[in-house]
Amino acid sequence: MAKLGVNFLGVDFKNPIVTASGAYGYGREYESLYPLSRLGGISTKGTTIKVKDGNPPPRIAETPMGMLNSVGLQNGGIDKFLSYELPNLITKDIRIIANIAGSTVEECALLAERLNGTKVDMIELNISCPNVKQGGAAFGTDAKIAGEVTRAVRDASSLPFMVKLSPNVTSITEIAKSVEANGADAVSLINTLLGMRIDVNTRRPVLKNNVGGLSGPAVFPIAVRMVWQVSNAVNIPVCGMGGISSGEDAVEMMMAGASLLQVGAAIFNDAYAPVKIIDEMNEWCDKNGVSDINEIIGSVKPW
Amino acid sequence: MFQNKYEIIKKKMLSYDTVDFTVKSKEISNAAAAGQFVHISAPGFFLRRPISICEINKAEGTLRIVFQVRGKGTDALSKLTEGKALDILGPLGNGFTVDKSFNSVILVGGGIGTPPMLELAKEYKAQARVITGFKTKSLSILSDDFNNAGAKLFECTDDGTIGRKGFVTDELREQIKIKKPDMVFACGPVVMLKGVKKICEENKVMCEISLEERMACGVGACLGCAVKLDKGQGEFYGHVCKDGPVFSSEEVVF
Repeated sequence: MAKLGVNFLGVDFKNPIVTASGAYGYGREYESLYPLSRLGGISTKGTTIKVKDGNPPPRIAETPMGMLNSVGLQNGGIDKFLSYELPNLITKDIRIIANIAGSTVEECALLAERLNGTKVDMIELNISCPNVKQGGAAFGTDAKIAGEVTRAVRDASSLPFMVKLSPNVTSITEIAKSVEANGADAVSLINTLLGMRIDVNTRRPVLKNNVGGLSGPAVFPIAVRMVWQVSNAVNIPVCGMGGISSGEDAVEMMMAGASLLQVGAAIFNDAYAPVKIIDEMNEWCDKNGVSDINEIIGSVKPW
Repeated sequence: MFQNKYEIIKKKMLSYDTVDFTVKSKEISNAAAAGQFVHISAPGFFLRRPISICEINKAEGTLRIVFQVRGKGTDALSKLTEGKALDILGPLGNGFTVDKSFNSVILVGGGIGTPPMLELAKEYKAQARVITGFKTKSLSILSDDFNNAGAKLFECTDDGTIGRKGFVTDELREQIKIKKPDMVFACGPVVMLKGVKKICEENKVMCEISLEERMACGVGACLGCAVKLDKGQGEFYGHVCKDGPVFSSEEVVF
């Protein structure tokens, strides 16, 4: 049994596996399979100021070793999160990362402020959702605006916070440096990659939104590359995600520089994926004489 | 809800593209009800396939799943043989209303929407009139099963090769006229469901319909399988996997 616990932004996680925002709701649905306390943490569904109804269906399209989604941040709003979801989650012995998504800089700051003094362990600021027209990707693809929104949340929040970066940019390191300079405690990456499928019989895009975010094992090599590049470009910790679906993937992402991980789409393939990944990480460590998972963070030896 | 690998103990082809699996799963069959579905992993594909439960045998601990080969995923599933394992998550969603005080119900199944009606027919037995519709005789499925369940079966085909020549909605209008049922249940193509909903509204008959939508998690976490609903306080997106797949027809906005 290796030590899998990690400390990320001063918060102790019993293992590095966090379920990714949007893939796991608030965990309620999976509790009948295994206790949430098995997981390191949960990044909750992207929360907006008001109730958000999301995009018209179809919202899901399968791709080779992955999927597209265009859910469009459907959620019950911050009031419901605080009054209904959070009180339930704090009883589950799991670290809680609140993912927030504003459509303006002011909204992002207001959301962050609403979380001050709550039992949320950490904020993940979503500046990279490809499925909403306002805010979302517009924040995440411009280094200057990404910096501004980061600064606003920094000033409003007393919690540790990370900024979730979009891969749909020319230089992700430039955005990462900008959010670091503006007070982000960490960055998480990657959000989904913008993609599209067309039904050749109807000549219609499969998604009603025409385009959507690609996730799953198909994006894993891109995620590893970006985590590696960003880890080398900034001095703040990196939370890595994008297609992780096995213990070896998790180890690989940590070697690239991630000190915390998120698992998303793999859960749709296998509802037990997060706990299996934890078990497999343990096995990998035992097999390879690694007594503490922290040893492997950023340990890739580039050519 | 369970997720495990379960053995296919029987496989049949019901038509050239319709596969009939019987799977050994005590835990799922114990927990399952008519109208629920299971989420099945197709070898080599990333997302699971939501497939309605056709028959539940709690005594034997088995589950019957009937599906049509529609794409590459269901094609891969159809190649599995007896003795092989199916990776199943289920049972999922909400089933049909089973109310023993009902004297008469009508079950409407169109094409591959027919299988989930069988378990419901077994619940309502002689109280059930079952209307099924297929393009042609060679695609017609489950007629013996409905008869064995004690239900009265009315088949329709587009070309009249068996039963009534015409649509299930024509037969439904007539059956409601003959005897107004306590409830109508339907599963099939959207155009059929729209028709059934309209007929039931005109005749003031309660109606439940089973929907499908492209799905990822299957349990209500990812919010992928959206369906527009209205419960009287404005339209909103519910989800087929958790709020359905069975909905009261009056709350579904087509």
